[in-house]
Amino acid sequence: MTIVVQHKGAFSRSREKAGDEGVGLAADVSPHPHPLPPAGEGAVSPRVPAWALWHRVPRPLRGWVIPVLLLATWWAAVQFGWSHSPLLVPLQKVWSTGVEQVTSGQLAVALGASLWRDLAGFAIGAGAGLLFGTLLGVSRLAERLVAPSFHTFKQISLFAWIPLLSVWFGLGDAAKVAFLSLAAFFPVALNTFEGIRAVPRELLEVARVFAFSRWQLLLRVVLPAASPSIFTGLHLGLIYAWLATLGGEYLLVSGKGVGNLLIDGREHFGMNLVLLGVIVVGLVGFTLNWIASRIERRLLVWRGASARFH
Amino acid sequence: MSRHPAIELSEPIPGVGPLEPGRSLRDVLRTAAPVARPLAGLALPLLLLLLWFLAAQHEWVAPQVLPAPSAVWDTLLAMAQSGELADNLRISLWRVLAGFGVGLVGGLLLGAAMGLSPTFKDYVYPLFKAFSQVPVLGWLPLLMLLVGIDEALKVILIAKAALVPVALNTLKGIENVPRQYVEVARVFGFNTRQLLVRMVLPAAFAPIWNGVRHGFTHAWLALVVVELLASSEGLGFLIVYGRQLFQLDVVMAAVAVVGVVGFVLDKLLALVELPLLRWRRTGF
Repeated sequence: MTIVVQHKGAFSRSREKAGDEGVGLAADVSPHPHPLPPAGEGAVSPRVPAWALWHRVPRPLRGWVIPVLLLATWWAAVQFGWSHSPLLVPLQKVWSTGVEQVTSGQLAVALGASLWRDLAGFAIGAGAGLLFGTLLGVSRLAERLVAPSFHTFKQISLFAWIPLLSVWFGLGDAAKVAFLSLAAFFPVALNTFEGIRAVPRELLEVARVFAFSRWQLLLRVVLPAASPSIFTGLHLGLIYAWLATLGGEYLLVSGKGVGNLLIDGREHFGMNLVLLGVIVVGLVGFTLNWIASRIERRLLVWRGASARFH
Repeated sequence: MSRHPAIELSEPIPGVGPLEPGRSLRDVLRTAAPVARPLAGLALPLLLLLLWFLAAQHEWVAPQVLPAPSAVWDTLLAMAQSGELADNLRISLWRVLAGFGVGLVGGLLLGAAMGLSPTFKDYVYPLFKAFSQVPVLGWLPLLMLLVGIDEALKVILIAKAALVPVALNTLKGIENVPRQYVEVARVFGFNTRQLLVRMVLPAAFAPIWNGVRHGFTHAWLALVVVELLASSEGLGFLIVYGRQLFQLDVVMAAVAVVGVVGFVLDKLLALVELPLLRWRRTGF
C-alpha cells in the first residue's frame, strides 16, 4: 500500500532534487567553500553534542536500531515473564511455526494459490485497463461518452463490490479473480488515460510530418511517450491487486490462500501463525513491488534519467 | 488524436451564428458542443439504467440476483425515512473522521520529522517502509487479536491507511523543496521558524495536500473493509447484512450511498485545496 504520488505527466519537470539529505536547513550563513554545506545532521545546529549517541551510529546501521530494540524488548518480555498474555508468543515459536509451515508445504500451497489468483486477476484487469485507457485517451468521443461513468464507478469503494460479486460469481475462484481484475483495472485505466493525454503536441506534429499511419502513431509515438504513466498505473494495479487478493480471501472465505492462513490463525488465537502471515504478506508485497520497479526501470531506460520511482 | 491539434490551435473559436456557406457540419457540432458535452456523459448511464430496467421488467435475470432499479430506489427511501441510513451513516462518518484525523496528524508529524531531519529519517524510514509494505488487511487479524473488534480496531486501521500516504507525500514534498529556496532564505537570514513557516510549508504544500487526499481515499476504503469484516453497524455492515439476507436491493442502495458519500467528501477536500493554493497562481 505504499503509494507515492508521481508526476502524472509523461515528461515530468526535471526539477533539481534536494537529494536525500533533506532540505538542508543549516541555519548558519557562512561563506563556506561549498556554497551549500551538505545538510548533514539536524535542522538547527551542525555541531553535534558529545552526548548525542544517535549521531555516532554509522548511517547504514541506523535503520536496524529500532527493529532490533523492539525485538529485544519482545524477547525480554517473554524471557522475564513481564506479561503472561497468550498473545505474547515467544520469538522462537514464530520461527518454528514458519519452519513447520514451509517444510510441510502448507505455506507453499497457500502462497501458490494466492499468487496464482493475484497474477491472473492482475493480467485480466491490467489488460482491460490498458485497452480501455488507450481508447479513452485516443478518442475524444469515447471520453465524452464513457469517462463520466468511469469516474463515478471509480469512486465506489473497491471492497463494496465484493457482496455483489459474490452473488453474481459465487464464492470460488471466479469471484475472486473478477474482484482482483476490478482492483487492477481502475489504476491502470486511469493512468493510461492520463499518460496519453499528457503526450506533448510536438510529438504528434513530428509524427504527422513523417506521415505516420494511425497504427504507427499509436505504437511508436503515443504509447512510448505515455509509458511512464502507464507503468505507474501498472505498478499501482499490482499493489491494489495484492491488497484485493487478501481482501477477497477474507471476505469470500473458501479455498486456500495466505489470507485464509491469517484468518485460521486468528480464529484459533494462534498469534504465531498470524505474525507469520503478516510477515509473508509484507514480503510478497515487497517482492512484487521490487520486481515491478526493476522491470519498469529496465524498460524505461531509453527515456534517460528522469524516471524516479523511489 | 482524431482532431488535428495544430490546426485547432490557430483556429478561432467559432461564434454562434447562422450556418454560413463556408462552415461545415463539424463547426456546427463544435458550436453545440458546450451544451452537448456534459450531456454526452449521461448517455451511457441512462442506457445502462434502461437496460437494467428492462432486464428487471422482463425478468431476464432472477430478481434475487438483480433487483429492479425501482426496488433499489424504494429501499433507499425506506431506509432514509426510517432513520436506519442516517444512523449507520453517522457511525461510519464518525469512524472515518476519527481514524483519518489520527492518521493525518501522525502522518504529517512523521513525514515532516523525516523530511527535516536526515538523522531521524535514517533511523525510522526503513521500519516505516517495512510497516507500510503490509497492507491494512494484513494487519487486521493481528489487531483483532490485540485490541478486539471494537471501535479501537476500526480507528487504528483507518488511521494506518491514512498515515502511510500522508507521511510519504509529506516526506517527498519536503525533500523536493528546491535548494535554491533554501539559499534565498539563508540570504534573507531566516531563522528556523521562518524557514519552516514561510518557505518549507508553502513550497511543499501541494504534494502534502495530495497525500492528504490520497490518505482520505485510503481511509474510506479501509472503513468499508473493516465494516464489512468486523462490525455490527455502519454502511459496510449494511452491505453485509443485505448480502446475508440475500436482499440485493439493500446491498445496492448501501453501495450507492458509500460511493456518493466518498465522492462528496473527496470533493470537499478538493474545495479546501483551492483557496489554500490560490497564492500560487497569483504569485507568479
